[in-house]
Amino acid sequence: MTRDTFLFLSAFLASGVEMVEALTIVLAVGVTRGWRSTLIGAGAAALVLAIVVAILGPAVSALPFDVLRIVVGGLLLVFGLQWLRKAILRASGFKALHDEDAIYRRQLAEASTRTPAEASTAGPATGRLKVDGYGFTLAFKGVLLEGLEVVVIVLTFGAGQHQLGLAAVAAACAVLLVAAAGAAIRAPLARVPENTLKFVVGIMLTAFGLFWGAEGAGAHWPGSDAALLVLVPVVALWALTLTALLRRRHATGLAA
Amino acid sequence: MGRVRAFAAFWYDFVFGDDWLLALVVAVGLAATYGLAQAGLAAWWLLPIAVAVAVPVSLWRAVRRARPGESR
Repeated sequence: MTRDTFLFLSAFLASGVEMVEALTIVLAVGVTRGWRSTLIGAGAAALVLAIVVAILGPAVSALPFDVLRIVVGGLLLVFGLQWLRKAILRASGFKALHDEDAIYRRQLAEASTRTPAEASTAGPATGRLKVDGYGFTLAFKGVLLEGLEVVVIVLTFGAGQHQLGLAAVAAACAVLLVAAAGAAIRAPLARVPENTLKFVVGIMLTAFGLFWGAEGAGAHWPGSDAALLVLVPVVALWALTLTALLRRRHATGLAA
Repeated sequence: MGRVRAFAAFWYDFVFGDDWLLALVVAVGLAATYGLAQAGLAAWWLLPIAVAVAVPVSLWRAVRRARPGESR
């Protein structure tokens, strides 16, 4: 139960954060280049991602469980530490905060300054049925790149616990929620506390990665599954302590 | 060739991210945990300690690279 809850929350939050970023790109391209090509591009990327999951899912699940756990644990831990490191640097002021509004404005400017001649190299959008190659490519790449990270996280989470279905449902809920919110407000979801969410996801991925990685390598946690209930707050406390120390250092640097 | 390089760069960035040190510590930590477990010793503590040390070191490397007062 503990593992399932953590798994669902982690897969949901990680997918949600990545999809907020994909949505920003899709909105910017859609507003400037037209919705038809943009939605076809985003849909094509979603199709490619579904094929990747369909191929890799059974292949990953077929691996021996111990091998799977050590690989999955290691990957989750590496991802978690990367997210956490970035989140701590952002929270302490050593790295600029992720700003969806600013990214949206930049994407808008880039997409709208493409001349028709430039755009036509990737396929003109002159006819009703023709696809704007630039809009298609931008939306396709945006959704594919953000989605690939979600796919790897969902696959590793799901396979590590033989709960691929649950992880996929969590990711699908996040995708639907973000898409519905985007369609409703037609603006980047700037109010989503993305940096805070990334901090939380980093903590979850790190705690899960530590647990599965060590278990896969043959270690036995005191208290078995209950160790996760200790690992999550301990990782959170450690991350918050490091953030506070770095904040102080950043403030001292500014004052000097 | 360009696409192969882009593909490799994508996966390198995916696994190693901004600091390869973290991936190295995880790999070595997992191998050491495996070694301890095979020797019949308690091994669960090793990976958390390795990570608890590696994260501040990685942060310190990032902060050292950033100029004081500058957000990247």
